[in-house]
Amino acid sequence: MPLNENEFRPKIVAFCCNWCSYAGADLAGSSRLSYPADVKIIKVPCSCRVNPMFILRAFEKGADGVILCGCHPGDCHYSTGNYYARRRMTLLFSMLEYLGIEKGRTRVEWVSAAEGVKFSQTMNEFVETIRSLGKNVRLGDLRCKN
Amino acid sequence: MQELVTRAKELLKDGTVTRVLGWKNGDLSYNPEPAFFETEEALSDFVYNGFCGANLSKYMIEASKKEGKTLVFLKPCDSYSFNQLLKEHRVDREKAYIIGVGCKGKLDIEAIKKQGIKGIETIKGAEMTDACDTLEISTIYGDKTVSYDDVMLSRCYSCKGKEHVIFDEQMLESRDTATKGRFDEVEAIEKMSPEEKFEFFRKELSKCIRCNACRNVCPACSCRKCVFDSNKFDSAQKANVDTFQENMFHIIRAFHVAGRCTDCGECSRVCPQGIPLHLFNRKFIKDINEFYGDYVAGEDIDAEAPLTHFEFTDREPNEERG
Repeated sequence: MPLNENEFRPKIVAFCCNWCSYAGADLAGSSRLSYPADVKIIKVPCSCRVNPMFILRAFEKGADGVILCGCHPGDCHYSTGNYYARRRMTLLFSMLEYLGIEKGRTRVEWVSAAEGVKFSQTMNEFVETIRSLGKNVRLGDLRCKN
Repeated sequence: MQELVTRAKELLKDGTVTRVLGWKNGDLSYNPEPAFFETEEALSDFVYNGFCGANLSKYMIEASKKEGKTLVFLKPCDSYSFNQLLKEHRVDREKAYIIGVGCKGKLDIEAIKKQGIKGIETIKGAEMTDACDTLEISTIYGDKTVSYDDVMLSRCYSCKGKEHVIFDEQMLESRDTATKGRFDEVEAIEKMSPEEKFEFFRKELSKCIRCNACRNVCPACSCRKCVFDSNKFDSAQKANVDTFQENMFHIIRAFHVAGRCTDCGECSRVCPQGIPLHLFNRKFIKDINEFYGDYVAGEDIDAEAPLTHFEFTDREPNEERG
């Protein structure tokens, strides 16, 4: 893809669980599957390690989209972590939508260690969504911006 | 009110309780404040009228650490908060003697002032013995009357009901005040476009001065060490520095009480800036009811709390609401 200086390059934070999704990202890499460099991966021990504050803080520090990847429900390394994460993120994302943050900016995807293809596809799709949504201004610091 | 004092005196005298937790008049007759009474004489300051909106259940956390039983007066909505604290092992049932008091809807002095009534001297018609349909207000500009139903706290219009969920005995009559659906306001906001939602919340939350009154009054916010007091956090114990912190404080606070908030509405009542904070908590309650089945915090002490429990068939976070 040719680089265009004026093109909007979103900043995307992907929280990936150590056991499935991070290994999935690894597989995507070793299988030579490409996904945009805009995605910054943060490894977490389990998807339920992600505190709502992490998501908000990512937006504060300038992220345009945040995606949480974990093991498929039922496959959690710690048996049940992702079920709790699922409930928490459902409520948090619903609250962010309620506050006027576009729904597309937050996402949860279950990616197993064998799904390198799914990882790269998901990231490509997510980056496209965020590109179309544009820069996130609502959850950052708004002073002197409007 | 007099029968409450008489009963409290009896219980103090026969040694059932060693102190009474109730309300006494503040600086002005229309802002009673929570108070402990240790002796029968002290009870002459006791009041219970239409302005006693304060929820006493949170004070029972401290009272549970003291020697002897405490007599506490709980309104129907306060009893949910007490039950929730009991579920979380924050209060001791053995240390509490609960008198469930009736409630005819609690008044909002700000709503009275918004009706253009200034220079208030006395307000009549707010006693529990009154019919509670009109308030006679004498002001320095002359006498005025307002309808009781026009100046209640916003929470009373969507009252959860006048049944106590926990009590040792019940006293005084109640009056039904619910006229609006609990989730009407939340639904109205949900229908707005993202821009409108954002504008609405920016307008409200930009008023926040981070006085922490909402946190301090909240019966669900009873952690010994609050995340907002942590020095590792750059939002600790200080005014919001930027718009992010204004949003963040309220999102996180609502999230921390999600599934535990009994919707007692104290946060909105105490907010000096008049931010409708209950809108955040109600949104979580509404979502929990929609996604995980109806749940009333504080109703059933053995029920599974929605955020510490899960089903294999829960909805996915990205799913469109149907």
